[in-house]
Amino acid sequence: MALDRDKANEFEQLSMPLFASLYNLAQWLTQDRGEAEDLVQESYAKALKGFGSFQPGTNFRAWMYRILRNTFLTSRTGLKAARTVSLEDEDDPQSVSPSTTETPESILLARADQDAIQAALQQLPVAFREIILLCDVEEMSYREIAEALTIPIGTVMSRLARARKAMRGLLAGVQGVQR
Amino acid sequence: MTCESWQQKIDAYLDAELPEAETRELDAHLRTCTSCSSQALTRSELKRSIHLAGKKFVPDPEFRKRIQSSISPQTSGRRWGWIVEVGIACAAVVLVIFGSLVWVRQSQRQQLVGELTDLHVATLASANRVDVVSSDRHTVKPWFQGKVPFTFNVPELQGSPFELVGGKMTYLDQNPGAELLFTVRKHVLSVFIFKDSPELDRALGSGELMRKLSFNIESWTEGGLRFLIITDATRSDIDDLRARFVQAAR
Repeated sequence: MALDRDKANEFEQLSMPLFASLYNLAQWLTQDRGEAEDLVQESYAKALKGFGSFQPGTNFRAWMYRILRNTFLTSRTGLKAARTVSLEDEDDPQSVSPSTTETPESILLARADQDAIQAALQQLPVAFREIILLCDVEEMSYREIAEALTIPIGTVMSRLARARKAMRGLLAGVQGVQR
Repeated sequence: MTCESWQQKIDAYLDAELPEAETRELDAHLRTCTSCSSQALTRSELKRSIHLAGKKFVPDPEFRKRIQSSISPQTSGRRWGWIVEVGIACAAVVLVIFGSLVWVRQSQRQQLVGELTDLHVATLASANRVDVVSSDRHTVKPWFQGKVPFTFNVPELQGSPFELVGGKMTYLDQNPGAELLFTVRKHVLSVFIFKDSPELDRALGSGELMRKLSFNIESWTEGGLRFLIITDATRSDIDDLRARFVQAAR
């Protein structure tokens, strides 16, 4: 069903400020410029088509990201990525113990190296990468992340803790190699 | 609460997701615990670093334009605008063609009416207005047998203001026809009868009163024949005579 002119205007005004963020997330997910562009384009097309059913007053950013993420998950790259991470026990925040493998010094050293952080992010499984990006890059609240990923807030917290632990582990490993 | 428990809450604390009361408690703990404050500092630095490093990919400006134009209602407006423009152009062409047809029809009509008016005027000016002089319809009608490729009925005029003067053969656009002459209160009426044709039908239509050189003209079709009355008599006289012809034909 085609949107009327006012509704299409509203969609444009809401969605275009998110364009750069969505593209950044898309390329983090796909790890490829061409695929990222396709993903963003398809997501915008889907979002425009479905904007009539978007509930005003709910979180548009989370809604847009959800569309992008679902589009990614059903893509070839997304389906491949989904097989590479195990998310068992993630509903139990207590299952994540504080990491003891890294030292503050090693992390601070790694901080100086943006490439090391980017490389670590790239190595993370998609589910961990996306939740860290949503929280730390997009600065979404746990509630927004829960909406975007369609998971409960408790799962957001536990998955985020596991993702950060994995990230710290990767950075500590990089630091170890550098030493 | 042990340091291990506090450290599990540091992420939520840095993400500003810890409830207010716990935030105050953790604040107080961090001021006194070196291990936990060091952990919090490290994680805070990492969070900030990820925030910067995570903004790695910048879309191509051309790609932005492409997306913008694909969702912009202005663009879709322009797309529709293009269709509307083509539509207007098509409508204009159709209008021109239709206008030309109307103009052609009008000029054909004018030409035919002009020709018939000339025939009527020529009859009025002639010393011998008709070739068969008779007020008897049973004399006039048979006179046309073999002369025109059709037959027609002359109406009964008894008790009417009309008088039959007679008739003669005539030609319109090289087609033979009959011209009957009537009078009504000193006014002369010519009734032309031709075999109807699509050309005549297109040019003259039906039931329309026309005027040419102050003559009133009315045309109609009945039984495959084209009838035309030309006269300086009134409209009601024309209608009356027409009704009599229509009745006679049925």
